[in-house]
Amino acid sequence: MNILSDLLPGWFDPLLGILIIPLAAAVILAMVPNYRISAALNVAAAFGSLGCAVTLLFERPPPHAFLLVDDFNIVFILLNTFVGFTTSAFSASYIAHELEIGRLTAWHLRFYHAMFQLMLFGMNLALVANNIGLMWVAVELATLTTVLMVGIYRTHEALEAAWKYFILGSVGIALALFGTILVYLAARPVIGEGMDAMVWTTLVDHARGLDPSLLNVAFVFLLLGYGTKVGLAPLHAWLPDAHAEGPTPISAVLSGLLLNVALYALLRFKILIAANASAIAPGPLLIGLGLLSLIFAGFMLYRRRDIKRMFAYSSIEHMGIIVFAFGMAGPLGNLAGLLQMTMHSLTKSAIFFTVGHVAQVKGTQRMADMGGLTTTHPLLGWLLVAGVAAIAGLPPFGVFTSEFLIVTTTFAREPILAVLFILGLLLAFGALLLRLTDVAFGEVKGPVGPVHASYLPVIAHLSLVLVAGIWLPPPLVVWFQHVAALLG
Amino acid sequence: MHGIDFDIAHMLAGLLVLMSFLMLYQVRLLPLLNVLAAHAFVLSLSVSWQAYIQHAPHLFITAGIALVFKAIIVPMVLRRMVVRMGIHREIETVVSIGLTMLAGLGLVALSLEVMLPLTAGAEPVVREDIALALSVVLIGLLMMVTRRNAVSQVVGFMSLENGINLAATGARGMPLVVEISVAFSVLIAFIVIGIFLFRIRERFDTVDVGVMDEFRGGRQ
Amino acid sequence: MSEAASPWLLLAQLCQMTIVMALAPLLTGLVRKVKARLQRRVGPPLVQPYLDLRRLMLKEVVLAENASWLFRIMPYLILSITWVAAALVPTFATGLMFSWSGDLIVIAGLLGAARFAQALAGLDVGTSFGGIGSSREVMFASLAEPAIIMIILCVALIAGSTQLSTIADHMANGEVGLRVSLALALVGLIIVALAENARIPVDNPATHLELTMVHEAMVLEYSGRHLAMIDLAAFLKLLLYVSLIGCIFFPFGIAQSGSGPEFYLLGLLIYLMKLGVCGVLLGVLEMSIAKMRVFRVPNFLGGAFMLGLLGVLLLYVSRGM
Repeated sequence: MNILSDLLPGWFDPLLGILIIPLAAAVILAMVPNYRISAALNVAAAFGSLGCAVTLLFERPPPHAFLLVDDFNIVFILLNTFVGFTTSAFSASYIAHELEIGRLTAWHLRFYHAMFQLMLFGMNLALVANNIGLMWVAVELATLTTVLMVGIYRTHEALEAAWKYFILGSVGIALALFGTILVYLAARPVIGEGMDAMVWTTLVDHARGLDPSLLNVAFVFLLLGYGTKVGLAPLHAWLPDAHAEGPTPISAVLSGLLLNVALYALLRFKILIAANASAIAPGPLLIGLGLLSLIFAGFMLYRRRDIKRMFAYSSIEHMGIIVFAFGMAGPLGNLAGLLQMTMHSLTKSAIFFTVGHVAQVKGTQRMADMGGLTTTHPLLGWLLVAGVAAIAGLPPFGVFTSEFLIVTTTFAREPILAVLFILGLLLAFGALLLRLTDVAFGEVKGPVGPVHASYLPVIAHLSLVLVAGIWLPPPLVVWFQHVAALLG
Repeated sequence: MHGIDFDIAHMLAGLLVLMSFLMLYQVRLLPLLNVLAAHAFVLSLSVSWQAYIQHAPHLFITAGIALVFKAIIVPMVLRRMVVRMGIHREIETVVSIGLTMLAGLGLVALSLEVMLPLTAGAEPVVREDIALALSVVLIGLLMMVTRRNAVSQVVGFMSLENGINLAATGARGMPLVVEISVAFSVLIAFIVIGIFLFRIRERFDTVDVGVMDEFRGGRQ
Repeated sequence: MSEAASPWLLLAQLCQMTIVMALAPLLTGLVRKVKARLQRRVGPPLVQPYLDLRRLMLKEVVLAENASWLFRIMPYLILSITWVAAALVPTFATGLMFSWSGDLIVIAGLLGAARFAQALAGLDVGTSFGGIGSSREVMFASLAEPAIIMIILCVALIAGSTQLSTIADHMANGEVGLRVSLALALVGLIIVALAENARIPVDNPATHLELTMVHEAMVLEYSGRHLAMIDLAAFLKLLLYVSLIGCIFFPFGIAQSGSGPEFYLLGLLIYLMKLGVCGVLLGVLEMSIAKMRVFRVPNFLGGAFMLGLLGVLLLYVSRGM
């Protein structure tokens, strides 16, 4: 097991590696003019981070004041770096096409690659942070870089989307910071002033002694703040526009990674609350928001005409499912939520990769103008079908497993909620089916040029999801069960 | 009743809330920017006082940043942008000023009601700073919601940030990491704002967000 | 109630009543002189208002045909009410003979009664100017009244009573410390004072244009001794507000009850100084800003209300700890 660590020199700390590599790459990429080199460097840097993350799997460093690797974040670190790697591979070919058709210039691409790595840095930092202030800074950095990238096309719609995202995101950030300050205030009389009162591991150790009412209010602010980043209705207004108007790799990263990172931050605080017995359990609030997002998104899916916008609402729906699962809590509920987070990330990014190819071929994002994909581009068409089947929750894909778990645990405890939940799922299923049969099957519409990019990232993601649906690796299950217990 | 420490902290925090109301009251853009500068100035005074009574010299840096950056540079640059774009005409607010101010007062009362009982165990200075900081944050939010012009929304956001700053410095002993992060975020936020406002200017001949909404693709 | 009804107290009270009556026109004359000087004019002499009053007293009263008895009685009523109110506000000393009745709420009520009388008189003759003036006056009053109540509440919460003597004594003691609520109440009271006294930016006392008149429009029909009384009442009202601001917010030099006559004299001298300073400041203020449009005055007065309310909220904060 330690072959990898034997191969690396003793001074190389993989934990610092996943932080320093993206940061250094961002600096370098800002200076490289040739887009082919920068695309290659992008992929290389992402691969380096992935390698470090894999090393972390085998050898976990002890927690220290600022950074921490435990059962909860190891999976997400791995997932983050993996999806970052595949997205950079996808983006390398996708962006070349954008340059060709003139939507982006070479200067934009420098900016884009540098921001991409900076965003990966931010997300990695947020995942490994042990200090709640540091975590906040990292989430904010990741959001700001994505805001800049969403507006990169500089059209009317892109600017409006980026502006809305910026404003709502900033408000969310501010509320989340206020919540963080309140947590510090609660911790101060117990742990003392200074840095110690912001260290998450210390906070959890002393959680029983913290003032429960202050923690409750702090959690409400954190839920509102980080919840805006997660895209929960009614704070979701930025999400569809940002997904539709930004470049496709960014949509993939937003849906697949950023939403997860924001939710991860929220869950860290949920663990803190769960450790304090007298704090009000946030279950009902989470269930309410989750169901609201699920059903609202389910209805909205029916009227979408733009394909990326539709999948953006699908992301809102899945985030609703996940938050609902965490609201139900209990060992099965939490496990299902964690599993869903992982599966959704892989599936949604795969879908966005496919959609990116489709949009490039057809030259448009309107679903009315594209059709008959399986006839003209069989591999692309069937990959899209597989992706949609996965996201809609059909077996044998992994998403089905987690949704099934949620349904069973909800039925056992609150049958009415289970009915509402299934209603939401069916709504989304119906909408996806309705809209996408025309795109995948049916008569051929739109241009039928060749696709200029590789299908490897999509195939990699979807096969992982398929495998997970059939067999989950035991260590993963153990970690998730442990975290589920912590989440209370 | 309370020492001079509390009195001055209370006065400065109260002044900050007053500045927020003054911001709500302004109808024209250029005086609004002046009030923004005054807001940041009062914040820097408040942070300096906190630095003094908490014996935390690193807070003086935060006060300095608030003074130089937020009270001088940002309003100056915004003023130049506003004049260049030619939008120093009347701001159209969504709701009338009277109602907005009443709503603001309601928010102040709400935040006092919520925060004062919660922090019952802490010292008086901390308690009232946190409570008044939440009022400033909520009034900043109200301002963002009731304005249509992009520049005034940004001004509302900056006052919100100032409120968060007040809360962070009021909580005794909050580590430097967070303070630098707050300053850091304002810097980056402003750069982004600047880029956006300029880009918006290139695309439209107005920064009226209502006009921008016409281009939304959400109804597709 | 003063048990020891010392003759000094009675004398001091009578002195106060005469002094306010005597000094009121001088204050207005000072304000006009300052404004004229700032406009690089020589301006009327300081005693011009006295000369105006004397002139008006000697002139014949011209009444409209449909003027009722109300029209003739109102000037007396307005003058007496305002004089009583002005006499109750502590100017150079507290704890005078009738100071127990000098309550802030009473003062507000008296001024309200005077304003009511004024508005009725304006409406009495049935001209449109009177109507405009009265309706505008009452509109401003309906916004200024809540403001002044809030300010009274704010001050009363700090001082523990609404009685002006007690308030002045409390503030003069120096235990109050630095209070932002007091500053807010001061600004609010200044705004209300400007509105109530028909000063710029709410109303122009020197205007002859109907569109911009408020107070002037109400008294347009009056002449002779009636007009003299109404003018004197207006002077007294200004003096009242200045004394009010002085005794609540700047009470240094006010002689406490029971001190010797030299303190009273000192208090009188300091009071004269305060009047002078306030007159000059008012003149400068009127020259520096423009009159605002009528439909913006509600926002302005609403601001005063809000300042009072904010002051009360902040007091609540500091008391609750």
